[in-house]
Amino acid sequence: MSGYNFAYLDEDTKRMIRRAILKGLAVPGYQVPFASREMPMPYGWGTGGVQVSAAVLVPEDVMKVIDQGADDTTNAVSIRAFFQKTAQVAVTEATGEATLIQTRHRIPERPLTEDQILVYQVPIPEPLRFLEPRETETRKMHALAEYGLMHVKLYEDIARHGEIATSYAYPVKVADRYVMDPSPIPKFDNPKLESAAIQLFGAGREQRIYALPPWTPAVSLDFEDHPFEARKAPGCCGICGAEDSYLDEVILDDAGGRMFVCSDTDYCRSRVAAAEDAA
Amino acid sequence: MNPAADGSHFSGGFGDPGRDAARAFRVIMTVLARPGEIGELGMVSAPAPLSPAQAGLILTLCDTGTPLHLAGPADCAPVRDWVRFHTGAPLAAAGDAEFAVGTWADLKPLDRYRIGTPDYPDRSVTLFAELPGLDATDAVLTGPGIRDSARLSLPDIALLQDNAMLFPLGIDIFFTCGTALAGLPRSTRIEAEG
Amino acid sequence: MYVAVKGGERAINNAHAWLAEERRGDTGIAELSIEQIREQLALAVNRVMAEGSLYDPDLAALAIKQSRGDLIEAIFLIRAYRTTLPRFGASEPLDTGAMDCDRRISATFKDAPGGQILGPTFDYTHRLLDFKLAAEGGAPEAVSEPADPMDIPHIASFLGAEGLLQEEAKSDATPRDLTREPLSFPADRAVRLQALTRGDEGFLLGLGYSTQRGYARNHAFVGELRIGKVPVEMEIPELGFAIEIGEIDVTECETVNQFKGSKVEPPQFTRGYGLVFGQTERKAISMALVDRALRWEELGEENAGAAAQNVEFVLSHSDNIQATGFVEHIKLPHYVDFQAELELVRRLRREAEAAQQAAAPDATQPMVEEPAE
Repeated sequence: MSGYNFAYLDEDTKRMIRRAILKGLAVPGYQVPFASREMPMPYGWGTGGVQVSAAVLVPEDVMKVIDQGADDTTNAVSIRAFFQKTAQVAVTEATGEATLIQTRHRIPERPLTEDQILVYQVPIPEPLRFLEPRETETRKMHALAEYGLMHVKLYEDIARHGEIATSYAYPVKVADRYVMDPSPIPKFDNPKLESAAIQLFGAGREQRIYALPPWTPAVSLDFEDHPFEARKAPGCCGICGAEDSYLDEVILDDAGGRMFVCSDTDYCRSRVAAAEDAA
Repeated sequence: MNPAADGSHFSGGFGDPGRDAARAFRVIMTVLARPGEIGELGMVSAPAPLSPAQAGLILTLCDTGTPLHLAGPADCAPVRDWVRFHTGAPLAAAGDAEFAVGTWADLKPLDRYRIGTPDYPDRSVTLFAELPGLDATDAVLTGPGIRDSARLSLPDIALLQDNAMLFPLGIDIFFTCGTALAGLPRSTRIEAEG
Repeated sequence: MYVAVKGGERAINNAHAWLAEERRGDTGIAELSIEQIREQLALAVNRVMAEGSLYDPDLAALAIKQSRGDLIEAIFLIRAYRTTLPRFGASEPLDTGAMDCDRRISATFKDAPGGQILGPTFDYTHRLLDFKLAAEGGAPEAVSEPADPMDIPHIASFLGAEGLLQEEAKSDATPRDLTREPLSFPADRAVRLQALTRGDEGFLLGLGYSTQRGYARNHAFVGELRIGKVPVEMEIPELGFAIEIGEIDVTECETVNQFKGSKVEPPQFTRGYGLVFGQTERKAISMALVDRALRWEELGEENAGAAAQNVEFVLSHSDNIQATGFVEHIKLPHYVDFQAELELVRRLRREAEAAQQAAAPDATQPMVEEPAE
C-alpha cells in the first residue's frame, strides 16, 4: 500500500501508543488512556488490537491472527491481510511459529513462549462498567482498590444460581492490585493468562491500553466456598478427539444433530497431522 | 543559541525511521516487560555525554508532546540542538518532565519527579539513566515480568526500594550503559544481594 | 462428516466485488460524478464534512459516492482518511463576526443592524413533491443584488453591551485537542464543543429536543443563526504573522437562555453555542441546546438527571463512528462466548431439574419456564 507508513500508522501515533504500552507494562492491569485513532476498519472490529499490533510489529515478525480461536474467520482474514499489505510481515497459522499473535476472544491452547507477544482486541476494558457505567466513578474505585461492588455482584450470582454466572470476560486481579477484564475470552482460558508471553490489550473505541508482563499473577476472582473453575462444554472434539481444548458447538441438521469441534483451529489441525504422522 | 556549526545535531537519527524505531521499541518494550533482561540498543547516536542507548530511547519515545528533562552535563547545547532537531520535544524542569535523561547520579534525587496520581498513575516520569556498568548480578528482583527471580546490578537499592513502595504510583527507569539497556518498572520488588 | 468452514478470504473478495457492482447500479444509467454530488447534494456533503471533521467538499462527495449514500459510512471514510494526514499547524480562531452571510436570522429581535437575511432556506417551502424535478430541474436563477458591504454584528453583542448576557470567559490558552488526546472527565467546554460539533446530528437532535420537552429545559431562543463564509487564517512561523489560507462555509447558532441569577450574579441571560462546518443549521441549533444543557453545573443550576445534562453520557455516545462500530459489531462471530453461556445455562437447568426431581420424585414433567413479565 503506497503512501502509507510502515504498519499504516504515522510515527507520532505509534510513539503515543508505544508510550501507553510501556505504562501498561509498568502498572500491570491498569488501563492507560491513549488517543486512539480512527482506523480503516470499524470500531468493534478490533481497532484497539490493530493499533497495538501496528505499534509493536517489526519487519521480522511472523504474525498470526485469530478470531474465536480460528485463523479463517472473516475478520481474522481481513486483519491478517491488512498487516501483510501495510507491514509486509510474514504470516502463519501455526501458533508455534508466530512471534506476534493478535486475538479476539481466545487464548491459543498451545502454551505461549517467551518469544511471543499476544495482542488482545478488547471491546469494553472496564471490568466494573456493567456495575457502574460512569467512568468518573470506576476510576475512583480503581484508585482506591475498592472492588467490593464486584464481589457483591459475583456473590449475588451465587445466591441466585448456586454459582458465579459469568462465563466469559471473567475478571481477574492482577499482581494483587488492579481488577482487570481479560477481554471476552471464555473463563476456560483464564488460567492461561499467567504466561511466558507478553500480553497486550487494546481497546480502540474506549481509548485504553493495558498489559500483563510475563508471569504476572492474574487471579480469577472467587470465594473460598466457591472457588473459580475453568469450564468448557463436556466431551471431546469431533475432529481430533482432544479432550483438553475449548469446544465450539456446530449444528449439523434440523433434527437437532450437533457436534463439538476445537475452537482453536491450529491446535485441531496439528493434532490431526500428528495422528496421521504416527499412523 | 545556534545549532552546532558542524551540523552534528543533524546526525545520529534512524536510517529508516518506521522500521528502525519499531525494532528499537521492541527492545525497549522487552526489557521493561522482563526486568533483569539486558537488551542491546545501539543503532543511533547522540552528542556526548548521551550514550547510544539513551539516544535510542529518546528517538523512539520522545516528540513534541513529551516534555524532556536534561539532567546535569546532558543539558548542553549540542544535546539540546540534537533533541530539538530530531524530536521537537520541549525541554522541561524535572517536575514537569515526562522523560528525563542523564547519568543516574545527575538524575537524582527522585523526589523531584512526577509519580502519577491515584486516578492516573500513568502521569509519571520515565528516567533514562546511564550507569558505569550494567549486568545481571547483585540485586535480586521479583515481580511482574519475572518468573522466579532475576538479578540486576542496580545502584542505590534503598532509593529504588522506596520507589517500588509507591506502587502503583512511582517512577519507571531504563538503565543504560553504552549500548546496553535494562528496564526497572515501579512494579519490581528489589532486595539487596541475598 | 463435518468439514469446518474455510475460505474466508474468497468470501470477502466476492463480497467486495458484489458490493462494487451494487454501488454502480444499473450501468444503463449515467454514473454520478463527484461534481454532481458536491453541487447537487451539498447538504449531504456538508454533513459528511462536519461529522467527518474535515473540510473538503470534493472528498466528502467522493465518500458519499463510495458509500452508496450511507452518510455515516461516508463520514467514517473521511475520518479514517483524516487521521492519516500530517498536521502542519493550527489556524487562528475564526472570526464569525466577519462572516460573509448567506443567511442571518434572529428570533429575539424583529430587526437589528445587518437585518434579517433569509437566505437559501427550506423554512417556508411547502413540502410538496415537485414532480417537475423528476423530469428536469432546469437551471433556476434567483434575483441577485450586489452585496451590502455593511458589517453584520452579532446579536449577542447588543445584549452584552447592556450586561444582559453573561460574558464568556476569554482565554488564549490552546484548548485540548479531542483528536489527539483521549477523552477524560471532567471535560471542559472547549472539549465538549469539539465533541458536539463532530457528533451525530440525529443524536444531538434528539437530545436537544428532549431539553425542549422538559428534560433539563432551559428556555432557549435562537438569538442568532448565521450561515456564510469566513476566512481561515494561519500564522506561518517563517513569516511571523497570520495570512489567509482560504475560506470555509460555517453555520453558527447562539441561543439566548433564561437565567435567574444567583447570589453572586444579577439576573442575566446565558447562551448556548453551536458552530458547524457547512450549511447545517439543524445540527448547529441542536448543538447550542445541548451545549447549554451541559453547562448546568457552571451556572449553578439543578441537576435534573436529564440525559442532556450528563457530560459523560453525551460525550461518550455522540460519536456516530464509535456508536455504529460497536452497535454493529455484535453481528461478528461471538460463538466462543455464546458457547460459554450455553454450557452454563444448560448446566444450571440440569441442576435445577435435578433439584426439582429430588424434591418431587414422581414428577416427570420437565422444568417449566417462569412466564415472562
